[in-house]
Amino acid sequence: MAFPEPKPRGPELPQKRLKTLDCGQGAVRAVRFNVDGNYCLTCGSDKTLKLWNPLRGTLLRTYSGHGYEVLDAAGSFDNSNLCSGGGDKAVVLWDVASGQVVRKFRGHAGKVNTVQFNEEATVILSGSIDSSVRCWDCRSRRPEPVQTLDEARDGVSSVKVSDHEVLAGSVDGRVRRYDLRMGQLFSDYVGSEYGRGCGAGPITCICFSRDGQCTLVSSLDSTLRLLDKDTGELLGEYTGHKNREYKLDCCLSERDTHVVSCSEDGRVFFWDLVEGSLALALPVGPGVVQSLAYHPAEPCLLTATGGSVQCWREEAYEAEGGAG
Amino acid sequence: MAALDSDSDEDLVSYGTGLQPLEEGERPKKPVPLQDQTVRDEKGRYKRFHGAFSGGFSAGYFNTVGSKEGWTPSSFVSSRQNRADRSVLGPEDFMDEEDLSEFGIAPKAIVTTDDFASKTKDRIREKARQLAAATAPIPGATLLDDLITPAKLSVGFELLRKMGWKEGQGIGPRVKRRPRRQKPDPGVKIYGCALPPGGSEGSEDEDDDYLPENVTFAPKDVTPVDFTPKDNVHGLAYKGLDPHQALFGTSGEHFNLFSEGPEGASNLLGDIGVNKGRKLGISGQAFGVGALEEEDDDIYATETLSKYDTVLKDEEPGDGLYGWTAPRQYKSQKEPEKDLRYIGKILDGFSLASKPLSSKKIYPPPELPRDYRPVHYFRPVVAATSENSHLLQVLSESAGKPMHDPGTHSRHQLNASKRGELLGETPIQGSATSVLEFLSQKDKERIKEMKQATDLKAAQLKARSLAQNASGSRAQPPSPDVGHCSQGMALSGGTATTRASNFKPFAKDPEKQKRYEEFLVNMKRGQKDALEQCLDPSMTEWERGRERDEFSRAALLYVSSHSTLSSRFTHAKEEDDSDQVEVPRDQENDVSDKQSAVKMKMFGKLTRDTFEWHPDKLLCKRFNVPDPYPDSTLVGLPRVKRDKYSVFNFLTLPETASLPTAQGSSEKALQHRGPDKSRKPSRWDTSKQEKKEDSIGEFLSLARSKVGPPQQESNPLVKQEEHMTKSLSDKVVNKEVDSQPEGEDSRPSMDLFKAIFASSSDEKSSSCEDEQGDSEDDQAGTREADFRSSQETDLVQTSVAHASELAPQEPVPSFPIQKMQMDEREEFGPRLPPVFCPNARQKLETPQKEKHKKNKEKHKTKKEHRRRKEKKKKHRKHKHKGKQKNKKSEKSTSSESTDSSDSQSDEEGTTNLSPQELLRRLKRLPRRQ
Repeated sequence: MAFPEPKPRGPELPQKRLKTLDCGQGAVRAVRFNVDGNYCLTCGSDKTLKLWNPLRGTLLRTYSGHGYEVLDAAGSFDNSNLCSGGGDKAVVLWDVASGQVVRKFRGHAGKVNTVQFNEEATVILSGSIDSSVRCWDCRSRRPEPVQTLDEARDGVSSVKVSDHEVLAGSVDGRVRRYDLRMGQLFSDYVGSEYGRGCGAGPITCICFSRDGQCTLVSSLDSTLRLLDKDTGELLGEYTGHKNREYKLDCCLSERDTHVVSCSEDGRVFFWDLVEGSLALALPVGPGVVQSLAYHPAEPCLLTATGGSVQCWREEAYEAEGGAG
Repeated sequence: MAALDSDSDEDLVSYGTGLQPLEEGERPKKPVPLQDQTVRDEKGRYKRFHGAFSGGFSAGYFNTVGSKEGWTPSSFVSSRQNRADRSVLGPEDFMDEEDLSEFGIAPKAIVTTDDFASKTKDRIREKARQLAAATAPIPGATLLDDLITPAKLSVGFELLRKMGWKEGQGIGPRVKRRPRRQKPDPGVKIYGCALPPGGSEGSEDEDDDYLPENVTFAPKDVTPVDFTPKDNVHGLAYKGLDPHQALFGTSGEHFNLFSEGPEGASNLLGDIGVNKGRKLGISGQAFGVGALEEEDDDIYATETLSKYDTVLKDEEPGDGLYGWTAPRQYKSQKEPEKDLRYIGKILDGFSLASKPLSSKKIYPPPELPRDYRPVHYFRPVVAATSENSHLLQVLSESAGKPMHDPGTHSRHQLNASKRGELLGETPIQGSATSVLEFLSQKDKERIKEMKQATDLKAAQLKARSLAQNASGSRAQPPSPDVGHCSQGMALSGGTATTRASNFKPFAKDPEKQKRYEEFLVNMKRGQKDALEQCLDPSMTEWERGRERDEFSRAALLYVSSHSTLSSRFTHAKEEDDSDQVEVPRDQENDVSDKQSAVKMKMFGKLTRDTFEWHPDKLLCKRFNVPDPYPDSTLVGLPRVKRDKYSVFNFLTLPETASLPTAQGSSEKALQHRGPDKSRKPSRWDTSKQEKKEDSIGEFLSLARSKVGPPQQESNPLVKQEEHMTKSLSDKVVNKEVDSQPEGEDSRPSMDLFKAIFASSSDEKSSSCEDEQGDSEDDQAGTREADFRSSQETDLVQTSVAHASELAPQEPVPSFPIQKMQMDEREEFGPRLPPVFCPNARQKLETPQKEKHKKNKEKHKTKKEHRRRKEKKKKHRKHKHKGKQKNKKSEKSTSSESTDSSDSQSDEEGTTNLSPQELLRRLKRLPRRQ
């Protein structure tokens, strides 16, 4: 599957259910791949964070220490640390091997929706419903954040980090991109708050495209939008799924060929990025697909509905093949 | 033959031992294999070559110590019980018996050691000894000598001896004559250290007369200079207490009356034991002399005759050449002179200087004036304001210190201008001494007023805080302008008194408080008996004393409270009474503009705000990014001061704020600002949007053909398109309100685009959008007008007047209600999905809800019990209306419509899904294979 194909769409999409992990940690709030895609993290509503091998379906470690449900997690580039944020307003830095809490950053006034490491895992960026993004220093023992990005007018629902940018999507309908290199803040208005009747509404998830040229924005009007990162122009819109109430994830496939999004009707939608046409609506389960994660290099998808996580591969994939 | 046989027998030479002849019937022995061959020691034990100390190969247990067990630890013995038994193990304990035997490495038998074993015998001595032995009365006695005397010589000795060196000689070529010693010319001055006094060498120099010409001499043996480094911290030539000297106290003080040099005394040292015959050892002199001890003669260094020689005898000269030379006249004449001059020990390697050092001239210190006092008196540094000074004076007087009168200014308290005044100089006009002097009179007055005001304010603040501290007897109404700390720092004496009057330490006891205030007043006047005056005469002496203490302490307290308080508090970040707050300089501007832009899908410039943003320096470092603003200390967005209570700071909709202020220009501005807002969307709008979409679609389809990332091409393409549209229909792009015909005019341009860029997918979308009736156009326009204020509605064109009636009613109530609901649920932003329960009930509920919703939407019934549903419904309604308004243009709305259909199909899909999927997969299967 590593070979480039002229029409990569059909066989490339992960639609074969390989494994179902029954996480046993209440509702799985988020599922995340680690940096190389060999492991995954599940954030449970029972205050635990679990590390899995999704292909084998084995539980590797349970990280407990949060005071409330865990809402997001991320792994560092060297797989040595994890960070997680949750309803207890704390951002926790974990040691992967020992399962111990390395640091606990407190300072957010509300629950932490999203956490991200920067490229070198020296800073944790956390977005919270207290409408701020806080940059926590992992190197020093400083208890307060290095910087607080409090430009958002409403809760920050999603944060992504590139090597020199911080992308923050907020419920106030704006996508803010803090460019550290240029020292500028680009604020793109995508939608308005509730009830204004126009625009996209609160932003639930954002992500960079893998080539770093575009940003994908999903909002509560059941629309995903692909924006040009530099100009803020609209490159594409993807509709068909249902996202009215919940904070659902979206992402791009491993080679930016498709746009993937959760849906409230229990399916995962795949759109062709260029055409904008619906490529696949993958039925996952009866409930809402809360979270998904796409493998960084292979057509492998993790979805989370209810208390379980599913691992999906392309049809041609053999369970114990070389790709595993 | 026999001879032959014998011959052959003799000729044969046989080596080794022959094999034993085999006996009858015996099978030949097999050779013993290597591992079975054993070596045994004399006692029949296995001989081990693998010893810990004897080395060798491992013949027994390979890589072990030689035993089966290897290093078996000796069984544990508690050292607590057997502490005494623990013996220190030496190396011998680990040795084998063989090692201790004669040829082992540690033989126990006594042998001559290397030091005494003579390897190379001194031949000369040997011979002499042999001769002596031969002639000796007892032959063989030298054998004993041989055993005792060490005969080992170092290689160097041997080599030297072979080269003809004899003991006692120096090393070097033999010389014929000793070079004459150069006597220093008396006319030539020699600087530097004086030469050491000519010792024995000098004496040798003299005898060259006796030397025959053909005799060569070996060089004199020289004992090398002992350069022992000084590794202690003692002084030069310090020697520790010599027990000989210390105990007998003699050698140093033994005055040798008849020897010239001090070195002569050292010879006496050897004689001490002989002379005195005392026993050595410490005999308790340090602790005094006990009753049983006789020797009390040396406790005090007394001059005794024993220190002097009693016999006149010839002392040995110190050079060790006693006997044949060194008559006194050979010694240089200067030496005694020197020695007389310097009484003391000359250090090793030093000699007395021939010239005395020129003495430094010493100047006497200046004579002090007669009334000079060597103590400096510091004048008290007190801000000498009128009240303060009185207080200080009184306090210091009570402390018993004379107070410098502040009234009479000493010259130190005058500045240059005052001194000038006193001297009657005309003040310098040219340069002002202070910046304040450059200010105009008006400004000065203003500053003065400000100062007074702030002082007053600060005083009020202080007073209040102090009053609250002092048991809060009075409840003061908090004044709106809370005083200001920064100015409070600059408190003058005046404010201090106001504070003092408000400081009521004895508020509980009004009588006492009154007395205290009286005391303060008296003190202010500078009365020395301030305390005595104010005290109650009816009080007892003890009470009076106590109160005196209290008052003076209280007075001190409030004086110092100012400084202590100010040191504990920092300035407020924002001055409370300043009516300004810091707000971000750049605000994200008008949302409604953007909303309309979003609605038109005009993402890009219209929806983007760009601000200057300063990342934290540390953040830059952590991100490995150079600081974009290396010189600024700012972090975040630049901030400016704005009016604190200005409504504008808290309004996110500047529209409402700007409209009333700019009434006059509002209409124009409005017209300028948004054709998409004020103007009813015409066909043009839709066409523009279509165009926009087309452009995107076209771009995307174009990009699709290319494999690479499509985004790079996007900008130029879109821009190009925009540019073209601009050129074609500039008015529209400039957002000027234009008449419809113009919009119609631009239609062909769209076709032109389509002709150029059209692709099948675009056709689809546009065609489905075209299906939406044009009649909805106007409605959509009115929807937009919802967000405008009513003022704008007059601008709405008449063509849409009927729709405008609908517009303002709906959205106004909807928004607050939603807000409220959100608050009640305490959910901000998108909610989390519900916790999954494996019950069938839950599963069933979700589709039911969906159905409900749909029904509601369809029938638009307004009876809803659940708030959440109501809210959802409103959303739906909104969207629905939005759909109506945007239908033909917005993709989202079209998707909305498909959404509902989707959800419908979804419910069917729950049952039908798997077949569908199967079908799809089936379809794909052959393609893949």
